[in-house]
Amino acid sequence: MRAVVAPPATSLTKDAGYKMRARDLTVRYGENTAIKDVTIDVHDKVVLALIGPSGCGKSTFLRSLNRMNDMVPGISVSGHVELDGEAVYGPGVDPVLVRRRVGMVFQRSNPFPKSIFENVAYGLRVAGLSGQSVVAERVERALRHAALWDEVKDRLQESGLGLSGGQQQRLCIARALAVEPEVLLMDEPASALDPIATAKIEDLISELRSELTIVIVTHNMQQAARVSQRTGFFYMGRLVEVGETSTIFTRPKQRETEDYITGRFG
Amino acid sequence: MAAPMTAHTRNAEALGERGSRSLRRRGGLGERTVEIAIQLVALVSIAAILLILVFVGKEALPLLTSAEVHKEVTPLGMLAPIQRSGESLYMWQPVSDVAKYNVIPLIVGSVKVTLVALVFAVPLSVAAALFVSEYASERVRELAKPAIELLAGVPSVVVGFFALVALASWIQAVFGTEHRLNALVAGLGLGFAICPIVFTVAEDALRAVPRSYREAALAMGSTRAQSVLRVVLPAAAPGIAAAVVLGFGRAIGETMIVVMASGNAALLDASLGRSTRTITATIAQELGEVVVGSPHYDVLFALGAMLFTATFVVNFFGERVVDGMRRRLGAGS
Ligand SMILES: Nc1ncnc2c1ncn2[C@@H]1O[C@H](COP(=O)(O)OP(=O)(O)OP(=O)(O)O)[C@@H](O)[C@H]1O
Ligand SMILES: [Mg+2]
Repeated sequence: MRAVVAPPATSLTKDAGYKMRARDLTVRYGENTAIKDVTIDVHDKVVLALIGPSGCGKSTFLRSLNRMNDMVPGISVSGHVELDGEAVYGPGVDPVLVRRRVGMVFQRSNPFPKSIFENVAYGLRVAGLSGQSVVAERVERALRHAALWDEVKDRLQESGLGLSGGQQQRLCIARALAVEPEVLLMDEPASALDPIATAKIEDLISELRSELTIVIVTHNMQQAARVSQRTGFFYMGRLVEVGETSTIFTRPKQRETEDYITGRFG
Repeated sequence: MAAPMTAHTRNAEALGERGSRSLRRRGGLGERTVEIAIQLVALVSIAAILLILVFVGKEALPLLTSAEVHKEVTPLGMLAPIQRSGESLYMWQPVSDVAKYNVIPLIVGSVKVTLVALVFAVPLSVAAALFVSEYASERVRELAKPAIELLAGVPSVVVGFFALVALASWIQAVFGTEHRLNALVAGLGLGFAICPIVFTVAEDALRAVPRSYREAALAMGSTRAQSVLRVVLPAAAPGIAAAVVLGFGRAIGETMIVVMASGNAALLDASLGRSTRTITATIAQELGEVVVGSPHYDVLFALGAMLFTATFVVNFFGERVVDGMRRRLGAGS
């Protein structure tokens, strides 16, 4: 990874209303610029939906919030990202600690080839939490949180890969929730699921909002409208517009946004 | 499936004029030929293995049936010790005046040398595989993997030569072993020989672990080492176990290195610093000079059959263990 820009002159002070902020965030894969000068605020305990046509840089942006891009060969990140007023790309920042506070759920559910219990306990164990009863209690809490407990409580020792697709994705959400992250990044978490499983995930997102901040990428406009309070529209690597979800879907300011949400392209 | 279909078959035939839309297999001749050829090749190789087993077994059979042979050696005599002045002796001395055919020292020798080889080669190869698949840069990996695989092509006589000339002296200098050529030297030489195969199979297994597992591990706040040790390694465990089984088979069957480096004395003990003699080395060295059809000849074939069976059994159970591990990881999905 190439150099990361120094904090801006006027440091973004910690503001009670904002959980994460990005300023002039530019990410390149080699010569190819994936996102350019993205500036956006993520409000605390609010669901922010990111929409836009395929390849516009939504995933790239999402993954730069918890430094999941660090391992991509040839990537360069410039700009500024803050979590609670602290620079995510600052000198001496340990990406591992960033990821413990900013969790992630992927498009394709990816449980570990371990038991259901061990899947959820994983983050606790790597964080150094020991003590069977504490771990068991937090695993149960996370599974209840992810609305999966009743379905799996009798088979905690069975492999996580034996669950259905929707259950697997909720298992991944439970796994992410077990470490009690402050922010949860979700990259098209329901795009591989049937409508019923999707509805469960959406309900879950609405419930989780009271406790943590969620940034969700989705191709499904109705989903964005249902689960989010704020929506950002990406187009060709730029953040075209961000605002209240109701405003974006009814009175967008930009022509491109309107074209996209009315289905004229994308 | 077939029964309920038959009612429709007539209709299908009625529609048969629309040839291009028929569900029947079309133009199958070329494909059939290839299929049959492949099945033939597979059958021939299975038959060849069975024939070898039958041949070896047939040559060893007089040990069970022939009274002539029993005058010199019985199956029990191959296993039970001789009592002499209050001591139980396990002796392999097939060409002394009173031939002694106790195979226990040879079995112990084979097991000892193979264990040394595995203890040396498995950790080394798995560590190398971990490094190459998880830590090395793309360039290093592209060089290292073929280079190590190339080592598999080193003739075992060359490895044996190295063990005999160089390794044996170092080992004696460092550990002050009683015999210069011993189980440790032979085992380490064997270890060298099986490293490439264990490495390659283990590396493939590690590389086959989906990227999504690594991503999930990192996204959960694991350090690199944690994701490797807690996620990647367990996910690759069945493949690594398969690598160990393969390495075992190769090690217990290897001959030239042990002939050259083990000292070949059929001593029965657990010491690694003393000479030892393996089943393979015994067959290789004695079969060429034995009188065909003699009791000694029969015993050598019995040793061969034992080796064959042992390898087969280990492979069979190894496979079951690997399958079991796979099932436990994947819940049968
Ligand atoms: N690992 C990578 N290496 C090189 N280029 C990449 C990589 N990942 C993404 N890109 C490129 O960056 C651009 C943005 O990709 P990104 O995955 O962020 O888009 P997206 O909005 O998430 O698309 P989708 O909706 O299809 O998931 C694309 O042009 C893509 O080709
Ligand atoms: Mg994407």
